[in-house]
Amino acid sequence: MLTHLGLWVFFGYIIHMFVVPLNKITIPILNFPLGFYMAAQGSLIVFVVMLFMFAKQQDRIDREYGVAEDD
Amino acid sequence: MATQTSAASSDFIKNLGRMYGTYTGGFIGFIILLAIFEQVGVPNKVLGYLFVGFTILVYAVIGVMTRTAQISEYYVAGRRVPAFYNGMATGADWMSAASFVGMAGTLFLLGYDGLTWVLGWTGGYVLVAILIGPYLRKFGAYTVPDFMSFRFGGNFARGIAVAVLVCCSFTYVTAQVYGTGIIASRFLGMSFEIAVFAGLAGILLCSMLGGMRAVTWTQIAQYIVLIIAYLTPIVILSTKRYGIPIPELTYGNAIAEITAREQQLVATGLATAAALKPHIQPFINYSPLNFFAIMFCMMVGTASLPHILMRYFTTPTVREARQSVAWSLFFIFLLYFSAPAYAAFSKLEVYTNIIGRDLTQVRPWLFQWGELGLIQICGKNAVSIDAIVAACKAIAGHPGVVRLQDFVINTDVIVLSTPEIAGLPYVISGLVAAGGLAAALSTADGLLLAIANALSHDVYYKMLDPSAPTIRRLTVARVLLFFVAVAAAATAATKPGDILAMVGWAFSLAMAGNFPALVMGIWWKRTTAAGAIAGMLAGFGIALFYLVVSRYFPGFGVKYAGMTSLLNPVTGAPVVDIVKAMAAPNAMEAFPTLAHPLANKVGWFNLNNIAAGLLGVPVGFATIIIVSLMGKEPSKEMQAYVDEIRKPRGRTVLEEKT
Repeated sequence: MLTHLGLWVFFGYIIHMFVVPLNKITIPILNFPLGFYMAAQGSLIVFVVMLFMFAKQQDRIDREYGVAEDD
Repeated sequence: MATQTSAASSDFIKNLGRMYGTYTGGFIGFIILLAIFEQVGVPNKVLGYLFVGFTILVYAVIGVMTRTAQISEYYVAGRRVPAFYNGMATGADWMSAASFVGMAGTLFLLGYDGLTWVLGWTGGYVLVAILIGPYLRKFGAYTVPDFMSFRFGGNFARGIAVAVLVCCSFTYVTAQVYGTGIIASRFLGMSFEIAVFAGLAGILLCSMLGGMRAVTWTQIAQYIVLIIAYLTPIVILSTKRYGIPIPELTYGNAIAEITAREQQLVATGLATAAALKPHIQPFINYSPLNFFAIMFCMMVGTASLPHILMRYFTTPTVREARQSVAWSLFFIFLLYFSAPAYAAFSKLEVYTNIIGRDLTQVRPWLFQWGELGLIQICGKNAVSIDAIVAACKAIAGHPGVVRLQDFVINTDVIVLSTPEIAGLPYVISGLVAAGGLAAALSTADGLLLAIANALSHDVYYKMLDPSAPTIRRLTVARVLLFFVAVAAAATAATKPGDILAMVGWAFSLAMAGNFPALVMGIWWKRTTAAGAIAGMLAGFGIALFYLVVSRYFPGFGVKYAGMTSLLNPVTGAPVVDIVKAMAAPNAMEAFPTLAHPLANKVGWFNLNNIAAGLLGVPVGFATIIIVSLMGKEPSKEMQAYVDEIRKPRGRTVLEEKT
C-alpha cells in the first residue's frame, strides 16, 4: 500500500517538478517534449496500471491471510 | 481478473455483454443511418433533433425497464453490478459536461498548465482504491453519511455529513443542468430555459423509477455514446493529417508544429512575445504552488465526493469494488488522454489557418459560432467577412490580417467545432452534441441520486421516521428527487455563470469536510466521534470561510483577515493594486459581481480559492488527531468493527433492512 502511495506521490507530483529540464528531451517518433508527455499521458498510464496491479496484489494478500471473500 | 464463478452470475454477465454489444452496434448503425439522411438532404436541424431525441429516448427506456420496488435495488442496485460495467458507469458519472466540453477548451487556453486538471481528475482514483472505496463497500452503507453516523456516534455526525454532501453535490448538479441547457440551446436552437427543463425531464426519466439501478444501467449506455462521440472527430482528424488513426500518439507532432508556428508568429509580428503563451511552457498561467495545489485538491476531492464513493457500493464483492476502481480509471483515462489532442489540433488549425490570414479570406465555419457570440475578431462577433473587416478597420494601424490578439474564442467552442474544422459532415457534430449531453445527464443523474438518497435515507428514514415501511421510503426518495431536480433546474435557469469555479469549489468543500474523517475513521481506530465531528467542522469551516470571503466579501478579507493580492505567475507582481482598490468606494461591497477588482483575486499565501481545500484538509486532520487524543478511546466494540472493515471476508458490518 505504501509503495503504491509512494508511486502516486512520485508520478503525481515529484516528476512534474522536473518538467522544465524534462521538456528538453523530445521523445523520438512521437515528438512530444518529455515533461509535457509525462503530465499528459505518462503519469496517467502509470496510475491505470498501478490500480490493476494493486487490486491483484491486495487480493493475494487477503487470500494469504485468510480474509479474502469466497469465489 | 477474477469474476464470480457461480453459474447464475456468469450468465448475467454474458447477458450484459450481449445487451450492450447490441446497443453499441445499434448506435453505430443509427449514426450511419443519419449520415445517409444527411447525404440525401435532410436538414441539419432535423438531424440534430433526431440525434438528441433518439439517445434520450433510449436512456428513458432503460430507465423504465429497470424500475424497482426494492430498497436495496433503489439505493445500491442490489449490489449486483460487475466491476467492468460498474467502471463504465462510474466513468460516465465522473465525466460531466465540464470534462467533455470544457477540458479541451481549458487545455487550449492554458497549454501545459491545463494538465493540472487532467492529472488531478485521474490521480484521485488511486486514493479511492487504496484508502477508502473497498472499505466503505465492506462496511455496507447505502450512503456516505450512513458510515459517518455509525463510526462517529450517531445522528449529529450524520447531519454534518449530509450538509457537506448536499452543499457540494447541489453546486455540482446545478452546473450540469446548466451545461445541458447550453448544449441543447446552442446546438438545437431551443431557448435556454426550455432546454434546461427538457434536460431535467430527461434526467428524471432515467432515475426516478429505478433509482441507483436505473442510473447505473443508463450510465453505461451513456458512456458508450460519449466515448464514441468524443473519439470519432479526432481519430478522423488524425488520420487525415498524419495517416495514423491514433490521435493520442500523433498530436505530439501537432505540438511540435505549434511550437514552431509560435516562434514564427512572434517573428512576423502577428503576435507579441508578451501576449503569446507557448503551449508547452509550464507555470505561465498558474504559479507552481497553484499548479500543484489545484492538482492536490482535485485528487483528494475525487476521493471525497459522495456520488463517486457511492458508485462502489454497487459491486457484488469487495474484491470487485477494487477492480471496479481500476476499470473506472481506465474508462476515464480514455477520454482524458484524448482531450489534449483536441486542444492541440484546434490550436494548430487556429494558428495556421486563422492567424495570419487575410481578413477577407476567413474560413466560413467561424461565422456560425460568431453569431452565437462565441468567436470574436477585433472585438466584435465574427458573423461575416464584412463585419470582421469593419471591426478591424476601426483599430488604428491594423494590418488587414488576423493577429493573435484580435482573435478571441470561447473555450466551449473547441470540442463542438472540431468536426467542422476537420471538414466532417454535420452528422459528426450531432454525434458530439449527443455525447456532451450523455456526459451531462449521466453526471446529473448520479449527483441528484446522491442528494435525494441522502435526504430520504439519512434524514427521513434514519433521523425522522425509523419505522417507515418500504413503500413510504421509496416514495419519499422519488418525491425528493423530483424536487431537488426542479430546484437545480430553476437555479441553472438563472444562468449563474462562474460554472467552472463552482465545480472547483464543490471539490474543495467535499475534501475539506469528508476526506480527513473518512481516512481517519477507516485507518485509525483511536479516532473518536468527537474528534471526527470537530475535524469535519473545522476543515469544512475554514475552506468555506476562505471561499466565501475571497469571492463575496473580499474587502472584508483584506481589511480584517489579512488577505493579500494573488500574484501574477510569470512576473510575480500582485494582480491587484490593493491600496487603490481599498481606497475605492466599493471596496467593502458584499456579494460583488466578478467585475469587482478584488473578487477572487485575494487570499492567503497566494493560494487561488479553487484550492481552498488545501487549507481545510490539514486543519481537518490535525483537529481530528488532537481532539481524539484528548478524549477516551472508542469502545472495544467499535474498534473491532474498524478491524472488520479491513477484511473483505464476511458479512457487511451494517445490515440493512431491505
